[in-house]
Amino acid sequence: MISDDEFFYGHKACGGCGGSLAVRIALKVLGERTLLTLPAGCMSAVSFNYPQMSYANNAIISAFAGTGAVMSGLKAGAEAMGLKDYHVLGIAGDGGTADIGIQALSGLIDRNDEGIYICYDNEAYMNTGIQKSGLTPFGATTTTTPAVPGGKGNIKPKKNLFEIVAAHGIAYAATASVGYIEDFAAKVKRASEVKGTSFIHVLAPCPTGWGIDTAETIEVAREVVDTGLWYLAEYYDGEYHLNRKPEEFKDVSHYIKRQGRFKHLNDEDINEIIRSRDKTWDRIAGFKQPGK
Amino acid sequence: MIKPSLEKKVKITALSQLPQGGSCRTGVLVEKNAGWRNKCPVFDSDKCIGCHQCYLYCPDGVISRKGKKIKIDYDFCKGCGICERICRVGAIHMEDEK
Repeated sequence: MISDDEFFYGHKACGGCGGSLAVRIALKVLGERTLLTLPAGCMSAVSFNYPQMSYANNAIISAFAGTGAVMSGLKAGAEAMGLKDYHVLGIAGDGGTADIGIQALSGLIDRNDEGIYICYDNEAYMNTGIQKSGLTPFGATTTTTPAVPGGKGNIKPKKNLFEIVAAHGIAYAATASVGYIEDFAAKVKRASEVKGTSFIHVLAPCPTGWGIDTAETIEVAREVVDTGLWYLAEYYDGEYHLNRKPEEFKDVSHYIKRQGRFKHLNDEDINEIIRSRDKTWDRIAGFKQPGK
Repeated sequence: MIKPSLEKKVKITALSQLPQGGSCRTGVLVEKNAGWRNKCPVFDSDKCIGCHQCYLYCPDGVISRKGKKIKIDYDFCKGCGICERICRVGAIHMEDEK
Protein backbone atom coordinates (compact mmCIF):
# COMPACT_ATOMS: atom_id res chain seq x y z
CA MET A 1 0.00 0.00 0.00
CA ILE A 2 2.82 2.45 0.75
CA SER A 3 5.58 3.36 -1.69
CA ASP A 4 9.31 3.03 -1.20
CA ASP A 5 9.68 6.74 -1.92
CA GLU A 6 10.64 8.98 0.98
CA PHE A 7 9.04 12.43 0.84
CA PHE A 8 10.20 13.56 4.27
CA TYR A 9 13.89 12.92 4.67
CA GLY A 10 16.95 14.46 6.26
CA HIS A 11 14.80 16.62 8.53
CA LYS A 12 15.99 18.07 11.83
CA ALA A 13 13.38 16.60 14.18
CA CYS A 14 14.70 15.20 17.47
CA GLY A 15 15.66 11.52 17.49
CA GLY A 16 12.63 9.28 18.08
CA CYS A 17 10.11 11.99 17.09
CA GLY A 18 6.58 10.57 16.80
CA GLY A 19 5.29 13.47 14.73
CA SER A 20 7.89 13.03 12.01
CA LEU A 21 6.92 9.35 11.72
CA ALA A 22 3.26 10.32 11.18
CA VAL A 23 4.24 12.84 8.48
CA ARG A 24 6.58 10.39 6.77
CA ILE A 25 3.98 7.61 6.61
CA ALA A 26 1.14 9.93 5.52
CA LEU A 27 3.21 11.17 2.57
CA LYS A 28 4.26 7.63 1.64
CA VAL A 29 0.57 6.71 1.43
CA LEU A 30 -0.48 9.80 -0.53
CA GLY A 31 2.49 10.02 -2.90
CA GLU A 32 4.25 12.70 -4.88
CA ARG A 33 1.20 14.58 -6.12
CA THR A 34 0.37 15.93 -2.69
CA LEU A 35 0.03 19.64 -2.05
CA LEU A 36 1.08 20.03 1.55
CA THR A 37 0.65 22.95 3.89
CA LEU A 38 1.98 23.26 7.43
CA PRO A 39 1.65 26.11 9.91
CA ALA A 40 4.32 27.08 12.44
CA GLY A 41 5.18 23.99 14.44
CA CYS A 42 7.78 21.29 14.76
CA MET A 43 7.14 19.73 11.37
CA SER A 44 7.73 22.97 9.49
CA ALA A 45 10.60 24.14 11.69
CA VAL A 46 12.54 20.92 11.13
CA SER A 47 12.09 20.76 7.38
CA PHE A 48 12.25 24.23 5.84
CA ASN A 49 15.81 25.33 6.67
CA TYR A 50 16.93 26.88 3.42
CA PRO A 51 18.71 25.45 1.52
CA GLN A 52 17.97 22.20 3.41
CA MET A 53 14.43 21.37 2.18
CA SER A 54 13.34 18.01 3.54
CA TYR A 55 10.06 17.57 1.66
CA ALA A 56 10.27 15.99 -1.77
CA ASN A 57 6.74 17.06 -2.69
CA ASN A 58 5.16 20.49 -2.99
CA ALA A 59 5.04 22.04 0.48
CA ILE A 60 4.23 25.49 1.85
CA ILE A 61 4.18 27.09 5.30
CA SER A 62 0.92 28.80 6.24
CA ALA A 63 0.16 31.37 8.92
CA PHE A 64 -0.19 29.68 12.31
CA ALA A 65 -3.97 30.01 12.37
CA GLY A 66 -4.49 29.41 8.67
CA THR A 67 -3.93 25.71 7.88
CA GLY A 68 -7.58 25.05 6.99
CA ALA A 69 -7.87 28.25 4.95
CA VAL A 70 -4.68 27.55 2.98
CA MET A 71 -5.95 24.03 2.24
CA SER A 72 -9.07 25.57 0.66
CA GLY A 73 -6.79 27.91 -1.28
CA LEU A 74 -4.60 25.08 -2.54
CA LYS A 75 -7.71 23.22 -3.66
CA ALA A 76 -9.07 26.28 -5.46
CA GLY A 77 -5.69 26.93 -7.08
CA ALA A 78 -5.33 23.34 -8.23
CA GLU A 79 -8.82 23.43 -9.72
CA ALA A 80 -8.10 26.71 -11.50
CA MET A 81 -4.93 25.18 -12.97
CA GLY A 82 -6.91 22.14 -14.10
CA LEU A 83 -4.78 19.71 -12.10
CA LYS A 84 -5.95 16.11 -11.95
CA ASP A 85 -5.09 13.29 -9.58
CA TYR A 86 -3.70 15.11 -6.56
CA HIS A 87 -4.29 15.39 -2.83
CA VAL A 88 -4.51 18.47 -0.64
CA LEU A 89 -2.96 17.80 2.75
CA GLY A 90 -2.65 19.96 5.86
CA ILE A 91 -0.49 18.85 8.76
CA ALA A 92 -0.59 20.81 12.01
CA GLY A 93 0.33 20.14 15.60
CA ASP A 94 -2.05 20.03 18.55
CA GLY A 95 -1.71 23.75 19.32
CA GLY A 96 -2.02 24.70 15.65
CA THR A 97 -5.20 22.64 15.43
CA ALA A 98 -7.08 22.66 18.73
CA ASP A 99 -6.20 26.21 19.84
CA ILE A 100 -4.85 28.58 17.22
CA GLY A 101 -6.12 26.99 14.01
CA ILE A 102 -9.53 25.75 15.16
CA GLN A 103 -11.62 28.38 13.39
CA ALA A 104 -9.85 27.82 10.06
CA LEU A 105 -10.33 24.07 10.51
CA SER A 106 -14.00 24.62 11.33
CA GLY A 107 -14.38 26.79 8.22
CA LEU A 108 -12.70 24.16 6.06
CA ILE A 109 -15.11 21.48 7.26
CA ASP A 110 -18.04 23.86 6.81
CA ARG A 111 -17.04 24.49 3.16
CA ASN A 112 -16.45 20.73 2.84
CA ASP A 113 -13.49 21.33 0.52
CA GLU A 114 -11.77 18.11 -0.44
CA GLY A 115 -8.60 17.69 1.57
CA ILE A 116 -7.05 15.78 4.42
CA TYR A 117 -6.22 17.53 7.67
CA ILE A 118 -3.84 15.63 9.94
CA CYS A 119 -3.29 16.80 13.50
CA TYR A 120 -0.18 15.22 15.01
CA ASP A 121 -0.75 15.51 18.72
CA ASN A 122 2.34 15.61 20.93
CA GLU A 123 0.26 17.16 23.70
CA ALA A 124 1.95 20.58 24.04
CA TYR A 125 3.63 23.35 22.05
CA MET A 126 6.85 21.38 21.70
CA ASN A 127 8.50 23.50 19.01
CA THR A 128 8.66 26.59 21.22
CA GLY A 129 9.77 24.72 24.34
CA ILE A 130 6.86 22.73 25.82
CA GLN A 131 4.02 25.13 26.65
CA LYS A 132 0.54 23.83 27.53
CA SER A 133 -1.91 23.49 24.65
CA GLY A 134 -5.61 22.61 24.64
CA LEU A 135 -4.62 18.99 24.10
CA THR A 136 -2.20 18.69 27.03
CA PRO A 137 -3.58 16.00 29.36
CA PHE A 138 -4.34 16.39 33.06
CA GLY A 139 -1.23 16.24 35.24
CA ALA A 140 1.42 16.99 32.63
CA THR A 141 4.08 19.47 33.59
CA THR A 142 4.90 22.09 30.96
CA THR A 143 6.75 25.39 31.16
CA THR A 144 3.43 27.24 31.49
CA THR A 145 1.89 24.70 33.89
CA PRO A 146 4.94 23.78 35.98
CA ALA A 147 4.58 21.16 38.67
CA VAL A 148 5.56 23.33 41.61
CA PRO A 149 5.99 21.35 44.87
CA GLY A 150 2.57 20.01 45.83
CA GLY A 151 1.12 21.04 42.44
CA LYS A 152 -0.22 18.86 39.70
CA GLY A 153 1.09 20.54 36.55
CA ASN A 154 -1.76 20.98 34.09
CA ILE A 155 -5.12 20.85 35.91
CA LYS A 156 -7.32 21.00 32.80
CA PRO A 157 -8.47 17.91 30.89
CA LYS A 158 -7.58 17.32 27.22
CA LYS A 159 -10.03 18.83 24.72
CA ASN A 160 -12.13 16.25 22.93
CA LEU A 161 -10.98 17.32 19.49
CA PHE A 162 -12.15 14.24 17.59
CA GLU A 163 -15.76 14.72 18.67
CA ILE A 164 -15.59 18.50 18.21
CA VAL A 165 -14.61 17.87 14.58
CA ALA A 166 -17.14 15.06 14.10
CA ALA A 167 -19.90 17.30 15.50
CA HIS A 168 -19.53 19.40 12.31
CA GLY A 169 -20.93 16.39 10.42
CA ILE A 170 -17.59 15.98 8.61
CA ALA A 171 -17.30 13.43 5.79
CA TYR A 172 -14.61 11.42 7.58
CA ALA A 173 -12.78 11.77 10.89
CA ALA A 174 -10.56 9.34 12.74
CA THR A 175 -8.21 9.01 15.69
CA ALA A 176 -4.94 7.08 15.42
CA SER A 177 -1.65 6.52 17.20
CA VAL A 178 1.84 6.23 15.72
CA GLY A 179 2.18 3.09 17.84
CA TYR A 180 -0.25 1.35 15.45
CA ILE A 181 1.15 2.71 12.24
CA GLU A 182 -0.62 0.29 9.86
CA ASP A 183 -3.95 1.47 11.30
CA PHE A 184 -2.87 5.10 10.76
CA ALA A 185 -1.74 4.39 7.17
CA ALA A 186 -5.07 2.69 6.41
CA LYS A 187 -6.94 5.72 7.77
CA VAL A 188 -4.90 8.12 5.62
CA LYS A 189 -5.71 5.95 2.60
CA ARG A 190 -9.38 5.96 3.50
CA ALA A 191 -9.35 9.73 4.06
CA SER A 192 -7.84 10.22 0.60
CA GLU A 193 -10.77 8.39 -1.00
CA VAL A 194 -13.45 10.44 0.74
CA LYS A 195 -15.29 13.18 -1.13
CA GLY A 196 -15.10 16.25 1.08
CA THR A 197 -13.01 17.14 4.10
CA SER A 198 -11.41 14.46 6.22
CA PHE A 199 -9.59 14.77 9.51
CA ILE A 200 -7.19 12.46 11.33
CA HIS A 201 -6.05 13.07 14.90
CA VAL A 202 -2.87 11.04 15.45
CA LEU A 203 -1.22 10.79 18.85
CA ALA A 204 2.55 11.21 18.46
CA PRO A 205 4.79 11.00 21.55
CA CYS A 206 7.59 13.55 21.89
CA PRO A 207 10.64 12.18 23.76
CA THR A 208 11.85 15.70 24.54
CA GLY A 209 8.60 16.99 26.00
CA TRP A 210 7.32 13.79 27.57
CA GLY A 211 10.52 12.84 29.32
CA ILE A 212 10.96 9.43 27.74
CA ASP A 213 13.88 7.73 26.02
CA THR A 214 14.05 8.25 22.25
CA ALA A 215 13.71 4.49 21.75
CA GLU A 216 10.45 4.34 23.76
CA THR A 217 8.27 6.44 21.41
CA ILE A 218 6.48 3.51 19.80
CA GLU A 219 6.05 1.55 23.04
CA VAL A 220 4.49 4.59 24.74
CA ALA A 221 2.26 5.28 21.72
CA ARG A 222 0.98 1.69 21.97
CA GLU A 223 0.64 1.77 25.73
CA VAL A 224 -1.57 4.88 25.66
CA VAL A 225 -4.03 2.94 23.49
CA ASP A 226 -3.73 -0.29 25.50
CA THR A 227 -4.37 1.53 28.79
CA GLY A 228 -7.53 3.10 27.35
CA LEU A 229 -6.24 6.65 27.78
CA TRP A 230 -6.53 7.07 24.00
CA TYR A 231 -9.02 5.31 21.76
CA LEU A 232 -8.95 4.44 18.07
CA ALA A 233 -12.19 5.37 16.35
CA GLU A 234 -13.68 6.68 13.13
CA TYR A 235 -16.63 8.85 12.23
CA TYR A 236 -18.38 8.57 8.86
CA ASP A 237 -21.93 8.50 7.51
CA GLY A 238 -23.02 10.35 10.63
CA GLU A 239 -21.96 7.55 12.97
CA TYR A 240 -19.12 6.90 15.38
CA HIS A 241 -17.28 3.59 15.03
CA LEU A 242 -14.89 2.27 17.66
CA ASN A 243 -12.01 0.37 15.99
CA ARG A 244 -10.46 -1.32 18.93
CA LYS A 245 -11.70 -2.31 22.35
CA PRO A 246 -9.05 -3.75 24.68
CA GLU A 247 -10.35 -6.82 26.56
CA GLU A 248 -8.65 -5.51 29.63
CA PHE A 249 -6.88 -2.19 30.10
CA LYS A 250 -3.16 -2.24 30.79
CA ASP A 251 -1.79 -0.66 33.97
CA VAL A 252 -2.20 3.13 33.82
CA SER A 253 0.37 3.80 36.54
CA HIS A 254 3.10 2.11 34.46
CA TYR A 255 2.28 4.42 31.56
CA ILE A 256 2.27 7.48 33.84
CA LYS A 257 5.37 6.67 35.85
CA ARG A 258 7.65 6.03 32.88
CA GLN A 259 7.22 9.65 31.70
CA GLY A 260 9.14 12.54 33.17
CA ARG A 261 6.25 14.97 32.65
CA PHE A 262 4.09 12.99 35.11
CA LYS A 263 6.71 12.09 37.72
CA HIS A 264 5.23 14.43 40.38
CA LEU A 265 1.81 12.68 40.33
CA ASN A 266 0.81 10.57 43.35
CA ASP A 267 -1.52 7.57 43.50
CA GLU A 268 -4.59 9.76 44.08
CA ASP A 269 -3.81 11.73 40.90
CA ILE A 270 -3.43 8.49 38.96
CA ASN A 271 -6.82 7.32 40.28
CA GLU A 272 -8.26 10.63 39.05
CA ILE A 273 -6.84 9.87 35.59
CA ILE A 274 -8.36 6.37 35.72
CA ARG A 275 -11.77 7.75 36.73
CA SER A 276 -11.68 10.21 33.85
CA ARG A 277 -10.72 7.37 31.46
CA ASP A 278 -13.65 5.24 32.68
CA LYS A 279 -16.02 8.15 32.13
CA THR A 280 -14.77 8.48 28.55
CA TRP A 281 -15.31 4.77 27.93
CA ASP A 282 -18.83 4.98 29.38
CA ARG A 283 -19.56 7.68 26.82
CA ILE A 284 -18.00 5.90 23.85
CA ALA A 285 -19.94 2.75 24.70
CA GLY A 286 -22.53 4.50 22.51
CA PHE A 287 -20.22 4.22 19.47
CA LYS A 288 -20.70 1.32 17.04
CA GLN A 289 -18.53 -1.38 18.59
CA PRO A 290 -15.85 -3.31 16.65
CA GLY A 291 -17.13 -6.41 14.89
CA LYS A 292 -20.77 -5.28 14.99
CA MET B 1 12.64 6.21 -6.35
CA ILE B 2 11.90 9.69 -5.05
CA LYS B 3 13.89 10.89 -2.05
CA PRO B 4 15.52 14.21 -1.07
CA SER B 5 19.20 13.87 -1.87
CA LEU B 6 22.47 15.31 -0.66
CA GLU B 7 23.93 18.12 -2.73
CA LYS B 8 26.91 20.37 -2.35
CA LYS B 9 26.23 23.46 -0.28
CA VAL B 10 26.74 26.53 -2.43
CA LYS B 11 28.12 29.61 -0.74
CA ILE B 12 25.84 32.58 -1.45
CA THR B 13 27.91 35.45 -2.82
CA ALA B 14 25.32 37.38 -4.82
CA LEU B 15 21.64 38.23 -4.32
CA SER B 16 20.79 36.63 -7.65
CA GLN B 17 21.67 33.23 -6.19
CA LEU B 18 18.79 33.45 -3.72
CA PRO B 19 15.35 32.14 -4.72
CA GLN B 20 12.97 34.77 -6.01
CA GLY B 21 9.38 35.12 -4.83
CA GLY B 22 9.74 33.11 -1.66
CA SER B 23 9.73 29.69 -3.27
CA CYS B 24 12.61 27.37 -3.94
CA ARG B 25 13.46 23.88 -5.12
CA THR B 26 12.27 21.16 -2.78
CA GLY B 27 13.95 17.89 -1.74
CA VAL B 28 17.42 19.43 -1.38
CA LEU B 29 19.72 18.36 1.46
CA VAL B 30 23.06 20.02 2.13
CA GLU B 31 24.06 18.50 5.46
CA LYS B 32 23.93 15.10 7.12
CA ASN B 33 22.43 14.22 10.50
CA ALA B 34 25.00 11.54 11.33
CA GLY B 35 26.71 13.76 13.91
CA TRP B 36 23.61 13.59 16.16
CA ARG B 37 24.18 9.94 16.92
CA ASN B 38 25.35 8.65 20.30
CA LYS B 39 24.35 5.07 19.57
CA CYS B 40 24.55 3.35 16.24
CA PRO B 41 22.24 0.57 14.99
CA VAL B 42 24.10 -2.52 13.80
CA PHE B 43 22.18 -4.87 11.53
CA ASP B 44 22.58 -8.66 11.59
CA SER B 45 21.41 -9.94 8.23
CA ASP B 46 21.37 -13.60 9.36
CA LYS B 47 18.79 -12.97 12.07
CA CYS B 48 16.54 -10.74 9.92
CA ILE B 49 13.25 -12.36 8.91
CA GLY B 50 12.26 -9.53 6.55
CA CYS B 51 9.15 -8.32 8.42
CA HIS B 52 10.17 -4.72 7.61
CA GLN B 53 8.75 -3.38 10.88
CA CYS B 54 11.93 -1.31 11.41
CA TYR B 55 11.47 0.21 7.95
CA LEU B 56 7.88 1.08 8.80
CA TYR B 57 8.56 2.65 12.20
CA CYS B 58 11.78 4.60 11.54
CA PRO B 59 10.87 8.30 12.07
CA ASP B 60 13.69 9.38 9.77
CA GLY B 61 13.01 6.86 7.03
CA VAL B 62 16.67 5.85 6.96
CA ILE B 63 15.86 2.14 6.81
CA SER B 64 14.94 1.07 3.30
CA ARG B 65 13.74 -2.26 1.96
CA LYS B 66 16.43 -4.15 0.09
CA GLY B 67 14.94 -7.36 -1.25
CA LYS B 68 13.79 -9.32 1.77
CA LYS B 69 16.27 -7.51 4.03
CA ILE B 70 16.96 -3.90 4.90
CA LYS B 71 19.60 -1.25 4.42
CA ILE B 72 20.43 1.58 6.86
CA ASP B 73 21.46 5.04 5.64
CA TYR B 74 24.01 6.10 8.26
CA ASP B 75 24.24 9.62 6.82
CA PHE B 76 20.83 10.47 8.26
CA CYS B 77 20.30 7.99 11.12
CA LYS B 78 20.03 9.84 14.46
CA GLY B 79 20.46 6.69 16.54
CA CYS B 80 17.11 6.94 18.39
CA GLY B 81 16.95 3.17 18.87
CA ILE B 82 13.32 2.61 17.82
CA CYS B 83 14.44 -0.04 15.30
CA GLU B 84 16.17 -2.07 18.01
CA ARG B 85 13.04 -2.07 20.19
CA ILE B 86 10.66 -2.85 17.34
CA CYS B 87 12.67 -5.81 16.01
CA ARG B 88 11.13 -9.05 17.30
CA VAL B 89 14.09 -11.25 16.44
CA GLY B 90 16.92 -9.05 17.69
CA ALA B 91 18.45 -8.45 14.28
CA ILE B 92 19.32 -4.85 15.19
CA HIS B 93 21.31 -3.83 18.25
CA MET B 94 22.66 -0.45 19.31
CA GLU B 95 26.38 0.08 19.81
CA ASP B 96 28.14 3.14 21.17
CA GLU B 97 29.07 5.49 18.37
CA LYS B 98 32.79 5.54 17.77
